[in-house]
Amino acid sequence: MDNLFQHYEQKLAESGIAETGATLMGVLDADLEWNRMDPLCKKLTPLFDCLTINSLLLIVPAEPYRSIIRFLAETSHGPIQPQDCETRTFLHDIPVCRDLNPAAISSCLQIRKGVVTPDYGIVTHGSVSIEQAFVSCSSICFASFVKFFSDYLSLAASGGLTGPHRRLFEKVWGLIDPMPEMDSTLLEGPFQTEFEVRTAMMEAGSATVKKRLVDSYFGNISYCCDEVLYISQTGSSLDDLEHCIDPCPLDESSCASMTASSELPAHFEVIKQTGARAILHGHPKFAVILSMDCRIADCPIKGECYRKCDRDRSVCGVPIVPGEVGSGPYGLCNTIPKALTGKSGVIVYGHGVFTSGDTDFNDPFRRLLEIENGCRREYLKRVEE
Amino acid sequence: MKPGKDIFGWRGKYIDIDLNAGFYEVKEHFADVLLKFLGGRGLAGHYLRNTIRLGWDDPRTPLLFFTGPLVDTPSPTSGRMTIMSKSPLTGTIGDSSVGGTFGTNLKRAGFDGIIIRGCSQFLCGVEINDGGIHIIDASRLEWLETGPCFSALAGKGSVAVIGPAAENGVLFSNIMVDRRHAAGRNGLGLVMASKNLKYITVSGTRKTRVFDPEKLKKANEDVFRLTAASPFISGKFGISRFGTGALYDLMDSRGMTPTDNFKKSKFSSAREMNAFAYKKRYGSGRTGCSGCHIRCKHIDRMGNSLPEFETMSHFSALLLNRDIGIVAEANRICNETGMDTISAAATLSCYAEISGKTLSGRNIISLLTDIAKGQGEGIELGRGSARYAESKGRSETAMTVKGQELSAYDPRGAYGMALAFAVSTRGACHLRAYPISHEILRKPVATDRFSFAGKARIIKIAEDLNAAADSLTACKFVFMAASLEEYAGVFSAVTGVETSARDLFEIGERICYNERIMNFANGFDAADDILPDRFFRKDADDSGQTARPIDKDAFLKTLENYRRVRGLTGSGRPDPETAKKLDLTLIPDNTKHG
Repeated sequence: MDNLFQHYEQKLAESGIAETGATLMGVLDADLEWNRMDPLCKKLTPLFDCLTINSLLLIVPAEPYRSIIRFLAETSHGPIQPQDCETRTFLHDIPVCRDLNPAAISSCLQIRKGVVTPDYGIVTHGSVSIEQAFVSCSSICFASFVKFFSDYLSLAASGGLTGPHRRLFEKVWGLIDPMPEMDSTLLEGPFQTEFEVRTAMMEAGSATVKKRLVDSYFGNISYCCDEVLYISQTGSSLDDLEHCIDPCPLDESSCASMTASSELPAHFEVIKQTGARAILHGHPKFAVILSMDCRIADCPIKGECYRKCDRDRSVCGVPIVPGEVGSGPYGLCNTIPKALTGKSGVIVYGHGVFTSGDTDFNDPFRRLLEIENGCRREYLKRVEE
Repeated sequence: MKPGKDIFGWRGKYIDIDLNAGFYEVKEHFADVLLKFLGGRGLAGHYLRNTIRLGWDDPRTPLLFFTGPLVDTPSPTSGRMTIMSKSPLTGTIGDSSVGGTFGTNLKRAGFDGIIIRGCSQFLCGVEINDGGIHIIDASRLEWLETGPCFSALAGKGSVAVIGPAAENGVLFSNIMVDRRHAAGRNGLGLVMASKNLKYITVSGTRKTRVFDPEKLKKANEDVFRLTAASPFISGKFGISRFGTGALYDLMDSRGMTPTDNFKKSKFSSAREMNAFAYKKRYGSGRTGCSGCHIRCKHIDRMGNSLPEFETMSHFSALLLNRDIGIVAEANRICNETGMDTISAAATLSCYAEISGKTLSGRNIISLLTDIAKGQGEGIELGRGSARYAESKGRSETAMTVKGQELSAYDPRGAYGMALAFAVSTRGACHLRAYPISHEILRKPVATDRFSFAGKARIIKIAEDLNAAADSLTACKFVFMAASLEEYAGVFSAVTGVETSARDLFEIGERICYNERIMNFANGFDAADDILPDRFFRKDADDSGQTARPIDKDAFLKTLENYRRVRGLTGSGRPDPETAKKLDLTLIPDNTKHG
């Protein structure tokens, strides 16, 4: 169990989500085990009796998430309601509890995957594994970040900012990660063997996580070689792909890759329609934030723009398309391939960025960085304007 | 939470038919029963428990058909129902969740369920519609296969019928619903035959009322969004496109294909017998249950059902059969005669091992026919592999738990699955907890399939979830994508009863515990929660095609943990305190496997 706790403490620290040393993790099978003894364990233990769970996670968010979440919790007057894809699909909303009262926390966790408390942090749970709690925690941080900056931009545009809000923004802006840069080139293609493909995917996946262009595992990566599309598995961490790459024959003659990423249909179509070989998908935050910055008043599809917007939109020259995860009628597989034809990057409304390359992951990775950094500069410009 | 007088979702009534007297009563549920047991499997279990110590063929033992509050509403995947009785095959509670349109029609006729007791003096059918309930002479359908019965009863709404296998005493006979849907496992067809009941038809026109249609629309969207994002359901290689047969390649790639009566775990011809091969040879039509957008049932160009994953796997790898045509024909025979494909194939593979021969395609078809007709060697084989192997002094060759055959997942390749098979309340069953979701399909997150760590509680929680799903009712497959969090919203919108995921889990726990209580009353205890010894032994086979054996000590320790988590004593006895907490009572006394 100690290894499990260490693994997640390390993941939380490396992703910049949690204050080191402040995390509490409880895992229950026949007996309950905590990662460390803390007075809060006593408060949290009753949650295992009143929820159908086997794991619980309490983190004190690291900056800038701490300031952001505290602000959102104090001003939301009810659940925090981000508009990004992660929230819409998985979280639905983020309930707020004023303190760590087990009864109040429990009533929130009976209906949602996580809850925030302004003074303590984020509490999440899992019914299968602590991994669920980690993922929910990461999603809450991502969604809160996107909401904070989206709301600020919107208020800046409408002239609704207050002095304290401005000061908080300045503080938070000073605390976000520096702009990610490409330190060195990745393996050069084209790759000819399965071993080469897997090695290159693992390297590019790790680089994407290291540069914090993706939260928890919500990204995916693929490479096409010899009529087989190699793609990361659903729910796999991009920095831990060794046993998590599925080979999908393009002729669809085997379903062994049923565990492939839920974005497989989009990757498949991009490969078929554009001739690209390498595809990278991440969730860089400012690209997501700007994809949702739309000033059209009284739009007839308001509230459904994430899947129905048919306007020609772009930011920094990168097209923005609607689409939902997977293969439904509004699936990304219907919008991304067209947008990537003749382009090397596309932003999906409220969701993330897809980039592609013809030989290896150097171009897709570089493009992902360029798009995010460009969007960050553009964001500041729009705020200042 | 309480449904008011003005009831939504449920109908609040069920039909109680006594075939001895040819008489029926329409009854109302006691007020709290619906909230304690929801519907489907939960309600059926509630109405079964008072007679659970009777024999399966005792006329007083009921055969129960129950739907849930979501059925006949726009809720996703809500077209299912549960059929339950005492199992002739295992002696445990016997139940099956079945699709089609029966549940929907039953709700539209104004009922949540049907209880059938007694035994008719003549072969009969029960016909239910808006106008009433009629017991009809069915002697013209005696010994008829299910296909001709469905044709003869066309126009009467949804049809549940037994085939000649049940009439000939096969212990793993099914009830077939709407031609394509099997209420399989446990031998429920035989219970129906014991009541001299050949068929039930039901049709209705009164739509079930929904409390808040707008709220339901929103809740449904949350579910649809998640299913669209699910590789297993809607993905390029998911069950929507390839049927459940999509699992065939995946299981083989993970070394989990039960091969040669579980002596091996990989099948060398898997690539030629996968879902893609069926699609190429037979076409790829799709159909599904009422109220389901997934539509995982695949049909050929003529509209005939294609084999499901379990059938594909057991009629190929388990029997070392390399002819797709034989699998399709075996599937057809089982559906037409009304037999469970898993138990049928597994019994043949047990027979093959004992007789020391590999069955040819012709042998497979001929033995299946003999079982269904109750002739030749088929008489003994129709009693299932456990009884057959015991009669030959070779019990070790029966791959069963509590007398029911294991389905197409080698437990050596997924330890949660091993535990789930062992503790299932209806004998070896992959669907009670379906840990394949996280051990193989990585949902909601991946777990280590070769570890028992945490699995006791994971399995208990999953059992509770699936019991709630079977009672709402919703298809278990949808829970590979959505969770009870989303379905609590659906349930509240339909019934007007504010509910959380936690509430539904608690109801699921009550349903599972009630089943444990019933099984214990018939003598089932901890000693029965065990896998065949083959899975713990290092096999002599050194081909590299067999998964590593399971560490028995670790398995037994996890079972011990499971009993603690489930609130059972060390010997598997239900605990009065846990029962009380779940608002249940124990059934006094027990006799071993009564």
